[in-house]
Amino acid sequence: MAKLTKGDVLHVARLSNLNLTEDELEMFTLQLSKIVDFFSELSEIDTTNIKPTSQTTGLINILRDDMVMSDRMLTQNEALSGTDNTYNGMFRVPKVLKNKI
Amino acid sequence: MQDLRFMTNNNIPLTIKETQEGLKAKKFLAVELVDAYLERIKKFNPEYNIFLTITEEEAYKKARELDKVGLYDKPLSGVTASYKDIFLTKNIRTTAASKILDNYIPAYSATSVKKIEDAGAIPLGKLNCDAFAHGASGENSDYGSTKNPWNKEFVPGGSSSGSAAALAAGMSLVSLGSDTGGSTRQPANFCNLVGLKPTRGVISRYGVIAMSSSIDTVGTFTHTVDDMEIMFDVLKGEDGFDGIVKNFEKPQIKEEFKLGIAKEFFKEGLDREVEEMIEGVRKTFESINIEIVDISLPHTKYAVPIYYIIQPAEVSSNLGRFDGIRYGNNRDRFGSEAKRRIMLGSYVLSSGYYDAYFDKAQRVRTKLIEDFNLAFEKVDAILSPVSPTPPFKLGENTNDPLKMYLEDVYTASINLVGVPSLALPTMFSEGGLPIGFQLIGPNFSEHNLFELGRRYHQEINYKPKIAL
Repeated sequence: MAKLTKGDVLHVARLSNLNLTEDELEMFTLQLSKIVDFFSELSEIDTTNIKPTSQTTGLINILRDDMVMSDRMLTQNEALSGTDNTYNGMFRVPKVLKNKI
Repeated sequence: MQDLRFMTNNNIPLTIKETQEGLKAKKFLAVELVDAYLERIKKFNPEYNIFLTITEEEAYKKARELDKVGLYDKPLSGVTASYKDIFLTKNIRTTAASKILDNYIPAYSATSVKKIEDAGAIPLGKLNCDAFAHGASGENSDYGSTKNPWNKEFVPGGSSSGSAAALAAGMSLVSLGSDTGGSTRQPANFCNLVGLKPTRGVISRYGVIAMSSSIDTVGTFTHTVDDMEIMFDVLKGEDGFDGIVKNFEKPQIKEEFKLGIAKEFFKEGLDREVEEMIEGVRKTFESINIEIVDISLPHTKYAVPIYYIIQPAEVSSNLGRFDGIRYGNNRDRFGSEAKRRIMLGSYVLSSGYYDAYFDKAQRVRTKLIEDFNLAFEKVDAILSPVSPTPPFKLGENTNDPLKMYLEDVYTASINLVGVPSLALPTMFSEGGLPIGFQLIGPNFSEHNLFELGRRYHQEINYKPKIAL
């Protein structure tokens, strides 16, 4: 079974939008290798004609009517209650454009 | 009136019935109950680190309303309740025990919280846990470990560490946790409590911070099976906000039960005392005319590897939303365990590894489900250990994540299969720490599990108790 290299760990960290310190990179490379190695037990099982399971309730496409539910609507203040970083009743977010167009 | 202040563990009410009888007979008022619980919380919390937020104002407000009406006639009237800090509570800080959400104030409450409070419960606050419910010991909390009230050198179990410890410390009568791979049953076991992992699709997950969306369930902690049944009946049912939840009618309670024991449970790694406890439980059930049947669950040993592929994959997706752009802090504030699981998930889903890991795990999951379906053709419930060992010491497993993951060996399969399981307290180890077992049933068999649990507890003359 493949061991993860530091390069693999940096790759998954990038996919995961995580920054790692040098110490974290060392630690996670060792730990993730050990965990992934443990998964190799599964290869003992022949699953050629077995269907994958993604959920257990058996329900599919449960939808509600596409209607406005006024009792679930948040006021502007409620919607902003989870953050202190607001400006004029809006979320303040980091800028994404470097220069004025 | 009974003086509830300075209550010792001899006179604090430990059941819903005792609480409500005391209120109805005017032995004490709901506000006095709140006084007493808050006093215990303030006394013990600095040492045991169980509550992250105490909602004193809300508790007194509710208690005064109850006392004003004076009827205490709802299922949970006067019952003190607290919630794992992954349950959203309107206008009350909700952190998931992660510094990412250190300052997050939700705009609405989880359905379970709302149902409990509509049923008359008094909310005392928010409970510590492993951050984002990742862990089996409570030690992954960004706010420090919770200590086991039965012995503070030991873990209370996890991830719903505070939910279990709060009851064991007599700080709350009932609590909510979650169970994705054992996070309610294992801490219930480590703290001498009843814990329920319900059938998938019976209790709404609306407003519970998502971890692994194909296996997450809302868990409940109580001191007795009777109280668990009351909680379950309050919590179950559709709310219209969780597409997997369906209403169901209480089934006919069986007269006779067949109880299965799988030979695969008795493998290397199972502690001697836990094995002897299971043997004793088997004999007790036999003595009350419950037939014991040997069964086989051949894919048991694959449950942990399947679980640690599927669950991190779903974690990596669910925690993707924490980008710090609108709410919360940025992703650098994730703790090590969250980072480990997010990266593990990204890895097993990534190009080149998807088939070998994620798809493979989903297929073996099908085999695991077939094992349980076959077993439930022969038996009404399965008797199993919860944890392979009695509670372990704080710090004992923290340097070896894989060792900590193996703590889920008897619990994770139940989540992957989707069926309910009731964890029951029974005895204390030679070291004086709680150990217990679980009864696993087919989908929607909760009330029959309660019946079995009640018969067992009657037979051993079980009496609830608290540690402090």
